[in-house]
Amino acid sequence: MSNRIDVKKTYKLFINGQFPRSESGRVYEIKSGKDFLANPAQASRKDLRDAVTAARSAHTGWANATAYNRGQILYRIAEMLEGRSSQFVEEICALEKSTSAQAKAQVSQAIDRWVWYAGWADKIATTFGATNPVAGPYYNFTIPEPMGVVGILAPEKPSLLGLVESLAPVLVSGNTAVLVASQSAPLTAITFAEVLATSDLPSGVCNILTGIKEELAPWMASHMDINAMDISGAAKKIQPALREAGADNLKRIFSFNEKVSTQRMVSFLEAKTIWHTIGI
Amino acid sequence: MSNFEYAPAPESRAVVSIDPVYGLFINGKFVPGKTHFPAINPATGEKLSKITQASATDVNKAVAAARGVYSKTWSKMPPAERAKYLYRIARILQERAREFAVLETLDNGKPIRESRDIDIPLVAAHFFYHAGWADKLQYAGFGTQPKAHGVVGAIIPWNFPLLMLAWKVAPALATGNTVVLKPAETTSLTALLFAQVCQQAELPAGVVNIVTGDGKVGAALVNHPDVDKIAFTGSTDVGKIIARSVAHSGKSVTLELGGKGANIVFEDAAIDEAVEGIVNGIFFNQGHVCCAGSRLLVQEGIHDELLEKLKRRMGQIRLGDPLDKNTDIGAINSADQLAKIKALTDVGLREGGESWSPDCVLPDKGFWFAPTIFTGVTQAHRIAREEIFGPVLSVLTFRTPQEAMEKANNTPFGLSAGIWSEKGSRILWASKHLQAGVIWANTFNKFDPTSPFGGYKESGWGREGGRHGLGAYLKGDDHE
Repeated sequence: MSNRIDVKKTYKLFINGQFPRSESGRVYEIKSGKDFLANPAQASRKDLRDAVTAARSAHTGWANATAYNRGQILYRIAEMLEGRSSQFVEEICALEKSTSAQAKAQVSQAIDRWVWYAGWADKIATTFGATNPVAGPYYNFTIPEPMGVVGILAPEKPSLLGLVESLAPVLVSGNTAVLVASQSAPLTAITFAEVLATSDLPSGVCNILTGIKEELAPWMASHMDINAMDISGAAKKIQPALREAGADNLKRIFSFNEKVSTQRMVSFLEAKTIWHTIGI
Repeated sequence: MSNFEYAPAPESRAVVSIDPVYGLFINGKFVPGKTHFPAINPATGEKLSKITQASATDVNKAVAAARGVYSKTWSKMPPAERAKYLYRIARILQERAREFAVLETLDNGKPIRESRDIDIPLVAAHFFYHAGWADKLQYAGFGTQPKAHGVVGAIIPWNFPLLMLAWKVAPALATGNTVVLKPAETTSLTALLFAQVCQQAELPAGVVNIVTGDGKVGAALVNHPDVDKIAFTGSTDVGKIIARSVAHSGKSVTLELGGKGANIVFEDAAIDEAVEGIVNGIFFNQGHVCCAGSRLLVQEGIHDELLEKLKRRMGQIRLGDPLDKNTDIGAINSADQLAKIKALTDVGLREGGESWSPDCVLPDKGFWFAPTIFTGVTQAHRIAREEIFGPVLSVLTFRTPQEAMEKANNTPFGLSAGIWSEKGSRILWASKHLQAGVIWANTFNKFDPTSPFGGYKESGWGREGGRHGLGAYLKGDDHE
């Protein structure tokens, strides 16, 4: 038994609920120390555009799902994450110079964070909306709505926790996402995608690309059908150029210092204010 | 049509005194300038005054004044004291409301009925509302210790000159920032009168500075290294330039930009009310309104009836002397803007739209454009896509509510929309599907300091007014 050859996993992209290879046929090599570990897909501009198309198509359904339903689906993802813990720990140990205890702590924290955000789904409108006492015979209220498609450049490390901290606040309000995973430690992101695929998250709500961040980021920033971006995971030196490219469609672009905050949710909300006459 | 002629009912100009030349307002004093440009009454072409073109050095001085008083005084003042300055300003604005209204009408060309009943009362309300926030910011939802940015550069347009000043200055001061404001080139006078209000209120010198001039002054503010935040209202094109300019500096920015608002009339609407709302939506302030209802979407079954009533109603609109209390439509703000409106409406005709205006005599002098509707317009026409910023309405039709939503949302803008229907569930359904920051149901073009205003998509970044608007001027615990 000890001589058994293990069955290794091919790490592919996650677009529209499916796991395609890059249309470009490209992969890049990931090593653990000196040892070969995996050949994840190196996503192309076309893959990115396909992911945006999927995210746009999924947006109406996800945004109009009830907040209770979104919260339940996100919580379901946490349940699935818990079951995959040991696989995440292995992947983190292999690529992030973490001890097993550190890796376990990262995974636990990631799951707990995910649960924290899941619980926000049906509290966002109450907490961040408003009724406004205008001086006239009108009922006036402000409701927060998701912005649309959000592009995320996930942090390099910690790969799983960073992904969760950038993705959860985007999805919980009804945005859909195209996320570029940690370039140096992309395996947890694809395993995470497998979790999404076996949860009840509708196809296209979250799309995950692996590849070269500096190659994908400018295309993401200039894409006219992406509404907002979290560029916290991009190198500081490329962030100004991304903001400049994003100005073409006035993308809302954010880089966060805080790992966890309500601001990370609020930044990806639009306030819609509705006036209605009062009368008989 | 009319059985009774209207007698002229001009508001008196005696309440305002306009100086022959204005300097810049820097560090609490009026500073004479070197080069000047004329302030023109757009209704007559009369030169009202000479306004200073600020230089880069002037902008530096204004920013230095704002920074100085921010560091030494304003940021250390107890918020409750800061509030009292805003209350003082609100009260003085109320006391001098008529003076401001007449001056605004002279400088901008808008009817006195609007400057007197809408613009200036809202200005005072904005200061009054924000005064109360100054010592309650920890309850506004931006963390327990929200902090001011420092120096705010505010750049405002010519369509609601003093109101846009209030939308920027009131929240900026309430949250503890100091301000350098650049009014629009064609409408500086009420901002300069506001400077006198700051003096009367004994606002510490430098808390509000006003630098007049063209776009170069605005660019100098945007690119100034010691300005922490930019608050801009204007065109989407300039908004994008600003967004690119600040990409490298990391300045905080809010942008209130253009729109192409859909005003949607369902077949169960109260038609007469809808007609009033359509007229208010597009002809209020000569259509110089970023949130104007410039695309009328009418359900097919009521198209003919609605158009007939709309035309009849437009025949009652009175265009002329903005100072006349019975005037509904005043002057176009500038020769440039008139040329833009004419250019786009010419395109509308060339692309096959049919234009209609009521019989209406345009004055000989000044800049005027008759209220106009275009029928036979499709989604592809430029007059249905681009912001005209004038009294020009494009009329389109729809069959199903879903089609109305698709047409309404088929624009890069997302500022405003109107819904006319007597069915509550339909209104809420449409409100949910419209991608716009402000939605008026069975009303249009209503504004209030408590009500957040701002757009989706290319209509801008952030909100102004209400609790949401405060966030733009604060760095909370969670903010960068």
